[in-house]
Amino acid sequence: MKKNNSLKGKVGISDTNLLLTITIAVFLLMYVSAVVFLGSGFTKPQTFFNILNDNAALIILSCGMSIVMITGGIDISVGTLTALVCMSCAVHLDYNGGNVITAMLLALGIGLAFGLVQGYLVAYLDIQPFIVSLAGMFFAKGMTTIVNSTQFNVAHEGFKALKAIRIYVPFMGSINKKGIYVPAYVEPGVIVALLVVVILFVVLKWTKTGRNFYAVGGNVNSANMLGINVRRTKFIAHLMCSLLAGIGGFVYFMHVGSGSVSHAAGAEMNAIASSIIGGTMLSGGVGNIAGTFFGVLSLSTIKNIVSSLGLDEAWWTNITVAAMICLFLLIQSLVLLRKNKKK
Amino acid sequence: MAKKNNKKGIGSIFAGLFRNQIFIPLAALLILVVFNLIADPSFFKITLGQNNAGDPILSGNIMTILNNASELAILAIGMTLVTAASGGQDISVGATIAIAGSVILRILCGAAGPRPETMQAPIIVAFLIACVVTMLFGAFNGALVAYFKIQPMVATLIMFTAGRSIAAWINNNQLPVIKDVSFGYFGNYIPGIPVPTPVFIAILCMIIIALVLKFTNLGLYVQSVGINSHSSRLNGLNPEFIKFITYVIMGLCVAVAGLIKVSRISTINYSVIAKDIEMDAILAVALGGNALGGGKFSMTASILGAYVIQFLTTTLYKFEVPSDALPAYKAIVVIILVVMSAPVVREKFGQLWKKIAPEKAVKEA
Repeated sequence: MKKNNSLKGKVGISDTNLLLTITIAVFLLMYVSAVVFLGSGFTKPQTFFNILNDNAALIILSCGMSIVMITGGIDISVGTLTALVCMSCAVHLDYNGGNVITAMLLALGIGLAFGLVQGYLVAYLDIQPFIVSLAGMFFAKGMTTIVNSTQFNVAHEGFKALKAIRIYVPFMGSINKKGIYVPAYVEPGVIVALLVVVILFVVLKWTKTGRNFYAVGGNVNSANMLGINVRRTKFIAHLMCSLLAGIGGFVYFMHVGSGSVSHAAGAEMNAIASSIIGGTMLSGGVGNIAGTFFGVLSLSTIKNIVSSLGLDEAWWTNITVAAMICLFLLIQSLVLLRKNKKK
Repeated sequence: MAKKNNKKGIGSIFAGLFRNQIFIPLAALLILVVFNLIADPSFFKITLGQNNAGDPILSGNIMTILNNASELAILAIGMTLVTAASGGQDISVGATIAIAGSVILRILCGAAGPRPETMQAPIIVAFLIACVVTMLFGAFNGALVAYFKIQPMVATLIMFTAGRSIAAWINNNQLPVIKDVSFGYFGNYIPGIPVPTPVFIAILCMIIIALVLKFTNLGLYVQSVGINSHSSRLNGLNPEFIKFITYVIMGLCVAVAGLIKVSRISTINYSVIAKDIEMDAILAVALGGNALGGGKFSMTASILGAYVIQFLTTTLYKFEVPSDALPAYKAIVVIILVVMSAPVVREKFGQLWKKIAPEKAVKEA
């Protein structure tokens, strides 16, 4: 490897791109082998779109998580925050006579409020992000129960209409057993998720704010010496993460159409896992939104494969997912250890 | 530093106390005690009653706190070491407690099916096997962290995800029930002794760790590895091994906590047992004022932190806060505590105190 690797970015491959390549390769390998060996379900494009439909919210949450992780922080409040957004919107629509627009604003407002408080505590009071978001997680969990403790489906007409929107993808349909053409569709949430992915990809790659995230995560001191406002960068990262959790919460709400305390349970860990599989490192400075996107897809593809293999016992899903996280971590660890030795 | 403070008078001693690590959990405990004293002094009443079996037992809120905080205090011991050495937290403890409990029940049931009339193996054997199993899982986490250089939270995410499923797998997803009363001694009361057994187990663990820290170099090594693993290597330590060993110790703590947990109810619920206890254990470490980034630690402060959390929980229950809404109140208290203990805020407190202090110092002189 060339010596001035870090100065001349185009020589050699950077950590971020290397990990991204591994992730995409493994995802493609997994999906192709699923198509080849399992056939039936996986050959239909709709299976792929269903993965997107089910995980639109997770994609958005994971993107926020990646940003925070790139700056070297963590946010474990996003899962319960999603539940809080769902429950608040549900109560707002059904009991308080709100409409869809105000529900959306409510979701954004909750995300914004969490982001402001958590960001301030992390960035300006120097409290560890883990503890801040742990408190955020507890708070959101408790507040969800205080808002409403029972699960219920939303009966609001406007929302039902919104939830029923299907966006048909041309040329991707399939013919079912009766010989009728079934068009492939995605839910509006998927469009939101893809938009989020594209926008954040651009922001992280080509804007000053985006590059600041990497600089702060890579080395706080050098970032400081470069004249980057470290505190503000951290604040923005946490603000964005919680705001995205608000958006993700509403997308989740559109997908399930109900409010429940147990919604999105463990979503924060799935988001962290997806980010890691996507090549983001918890130590900060390394990561990619595109990788995160493929991380979510890999995670849910492996779940689908396990269930279609007929391993019905509930424990297999979790054990395989854990094994997969383990595998990715080992690959990353070995790659980086080798690379560091070469230097 | 201490000498300087003594010369400057009482104001500076207070300022110094603000910076002392044990101040935070102690102050929190004191606030809770005072709050309860004002709100309802009967909170502290301890009565001698009888349980269903006719044995004398002490009951009261204080006993509840001491009893229920046992597992947390035991876990806080392991978590403190893990945090100090590796600069990260083990989030898999809840899941590995499920594994420990599952292993214990599996051994006790043996081949006799999930509801045996008698235990098929001595409890001590089951417990020791559970210790070995959880220490192996601890070793797995430790190896990932120490030798593969994976961040602790991420490395333990693996067991966090898989643990409860493995626990269910061990018992084929059945729910074993142990009918023998002697199995319940570890989580409840031993006949004739009015204090719940977990309290004794927790005290025993604390004594052991206190002796270990006093008579071995474990504490020193852990701190030096946490502060700077490179320079501790230059001083002849093996940082990888020390990180590794803290995770194995954590495994041992998990086995003890697991025994108490399953003994309390004589059965297990894989998805509920010790749920979110990892978060409370980390909170205990943080409330103890320990840096979550590793380095110096205070075991006493961590254990005190564990009791503060339980004290808070019991206080909230006393005021009839529904158990599901509990986390919200807990979060508010946690935020207040961490904001109070944040270096930036404490610095300002210290400055404020110094402004008031000179007058007092003059008066004393």
